[in-house]
Amino acid sequence: MTDVLKIENLHVAVEGKPILKGVNLTIKRGEIHALMGPNGSGKSTLGFAIMGHPNYEITAGSIHLNDQDVLEMAVDERARAGLFLALQRPVSIPGVRLADFLRHATTNVRNPDRKEGEELIPMREFRKEIKDKMNHLSMDMEFARRYVNDGFSGGEMKRAEILQLAMLQPKFAILDETDSGLDADAVRLASQSIADIGGENMGLLIITHHDKLLEHNPPQFAHVMLGGKIVETGTVKLAQELHTDGYDRIRKAYPEAAAAELEMNEEEVSPAV
Amino acid sequence: MSASTVTEVEGFSPAAFDRLIESRNEPAWLQELRQSAFDTFQSMSLPSRKEEEWMRTDIRMFHLDKFAVPEQVKPEVELPLGVLRQGVDVGGSIVSYNGHTVESNLSEELRQQGVIFGSIAEVLEQRPELLEKYLLTKAVDPHFDKFSSLHAAFFTGGQVLYVPKNTVVKQPLHALSVLGPGGVDLGHTLVIVEEGAEVTMLNETASLDNKAPGMHCGAIELIQHPNSHLRYINLQNWGQGVWHFAHQKAIVERDSTLYWTIGALGSRLSKVNQHVALVGEGAYCEVNGVMFTEGKQHLSYHTLQHHEAPSCRSNFLYKTALQDHSRTVWRGMIKVDNAAQKTDGYQRNDNLILTEHARADSIPGLEIEADDVRCTHGATTGKIDEEQIFYAQTRGFTRKEAMRAIVIGFFQQVFDRIPLESVRDALGNAIASRVREYE
Ligand SMILES: Nc1ncnc2c1ncn2[C@@H]1O[C@H](COP(=O)(O)OP(=O)(O)OP(=O)(O)O)[C@@H](O)[C@H]1O
Ligand SMILES: [Mg+2]
Repeated sequence: MTDVLKIENLHVAVEGKPILKGVNLTIKRGEIHALMGPNGSGKSTLGFAIMGHPNYEITAGSIHLNDQDVLEMAVDERARAGLFLALQRPVSIPGVRLADFLRHATTNVRNPDRKEGEELIPMREFRKEIKDKMNHLSMDMEFARRYVNDGFSGGEMKRAEILQLAMLQPKFAILDETDSGLDADAVRLASQSIADIGGENMGLLIITHHDKLLEHNPPQFAHVMLGGKIVETGTVKLAQELHTDGYDRIRKAYPEAAAAELEMNEEEVSPAV
Repeated sequence: MSASTVTEVEGFSPAAFDRLIESRNEPAWLQELRQSAFDTFQSMSLPSRKEEEWMRTDIRMFHLDKFAVPEQVKPEVELPLGVLRQGVDVGGSIVSYNGHTVESNLSEELRQQGVIFGSIAEVLEQRPELLEKYLLTKAVDPHFDKFSSLHAAFFTGGQVLYVPKNTVVKQPLHALSVLGPGGVDLGHTLVIVEEGAEVTMLNETASLDNKAPGMHCGAIELIQHPNSHLRYINLQNWGQGVWHFAHQKAIVERDSTLYWTIGALGSRLSKVNQHVALVGEGAYCEVNGVMFTEGKQHLSYHTLQHHEAPSCRSNFLYKTALQDHSRTVWRGMIKVDNAAQKTDGYQRNDNLILTEHARADSIPGLEIEADDVRCTHGATTGKIDEEQIFYAQTRGFTRKEAMRAIVIGFFQQVFDRIPLESVRDALGNAIASRVREYE
């Protein structure tokens, strides 16, 4: 049976402020979904909510991975169950070498029942594997000795996220603007790598403002988020349309969501009383 | 385990002092040294928070009369091996229990080279002139305060390391001091490195019972002759019921290098004065401090890097992580004498607060009398970042594993400066095992 990630009527608030207002989305393993939408529409919020970031409060709705209730799981349990989020803004952890970080991560994700303190995967085996993966991504081994995202350029951070995706081999991955900050060559390489890593084995939710990534990873479904809701779902054609024409048509077609968008943005700029 | 050491209630009284002198067949110069320290001890009261040095360190709960001069006793259980020598081929080792040496050995090869490594009593037999010259005369001042005078008057055990001229000692030497429940340790460490010599010493402390009360009032003296190289690693790992008072001083002569690592993990309360005097041109000292505190521990470190000669460099880095209600005080001073032109002094203290109620005070200071110098200092205090924890969790780390990794990462910069792997591992493991999970 194919694995399914199912999000139903998801409502999410941050600091009491509603951001997502009823998101429905079903992704089967092996499918590629593109998630588009103007800045601030709630795309990253959806990613954080799926992974269980503590600041994102689920006020209604559900997320299931097959028959598992994802909302009942701790963040790391979600990772071990096969969910992955490549962050729009990866976090740096000074003093922790990327290789050590990934060895620990890979061990935990591959052995979901591992208890703290139990053996990590053997160094040799791990080194060989990470070396292969880094070669494939045209990354220098020296890179793995650097501290996690510490002093990385924007592009380096995104490539490090892709390396982690490649090592962890999740069932479902949300790639939040993994293509931004990369130069033209790097985008091509990243797009190709993601296609190689993903393929049949992964369900991908690609959040992007560009079209290169989608060229190499043509989505079966393209979704548009506006004002905290997915307002339209189409094919790759929809994604292309939005790239060339922007969101005017969408805003006109969905006045309620457009109004919600305005409201969200207004609240942001209005001074606290 | 029974309290095995405090057999008399007379504490550190004149009677106790007389008995100590009688029981030890020591040369006149040492008896005089003890006597004059004892006079100072008696004339002083315990420091109070009115004194600048003790403003942030409250010892009203410390009752000296609960402790006494330690008797020589056999430990009732097997003593731990210590963590610093794991996987290290040591050239000699000394173990003391409640301030008395219980084991002392040195490899024949090093003995042949003229290296001396033994208890104070042993060296007093073999080379009294060496102790007369260096013990509590050049570095630590017995009359500095109540604790230095207590130490000088009453010290029992301790270890001496002497490395002769141009002798390069490859194997580290290891000393371990263990306290039993209720025990007292007045141990003294004296290291003398002659001209052109080179050595590494591992010095650590431990308690049999992590909760039991105890007291350590000690001193460390490091004497480096010109062009000598010393790596001194000091792990303070007393149990959390131990009161720890120490005066530590290094004298570094011309073209010598001193790499001094301090791990401070244990004790109920610590008040340590660490002083490095760069007295000869071109001397270099690097200090790496790693502190981790928890529960209600209070660790107070006062460091002084004193540039007395020109063209010396000093580089102090102290990193501290604190959890629970623990507290640390770091007071660093770079002092540059008029003569010490071309000084390059650096000091830094970074603190990572893991829980709401922990508190770290950093007080860096400069006192500069020369004009052609470069001195920089800095201090930071921050909390653990929830975004880092979340990020690591999205990669499968449990919350606790994430916190551990972040805390160890915080220390990595100072670990990178520690030359010995066994020391890095010991400190890293000790800290990792202490980090708990917080919401
Ligand atoms: N942690 C947070 N604290 C405060 N506000 C937040 C937080 N996360 C999201 N928001 C708010 O929620 C709204 C949606 O933000 P989100 O980051 O999900 O948008 P996005 O669609 O990913 O935008 P972009 O395309 O710019 O990345 C915005 O108004 C944003 O300010
Ligand atoms: Mg976003």
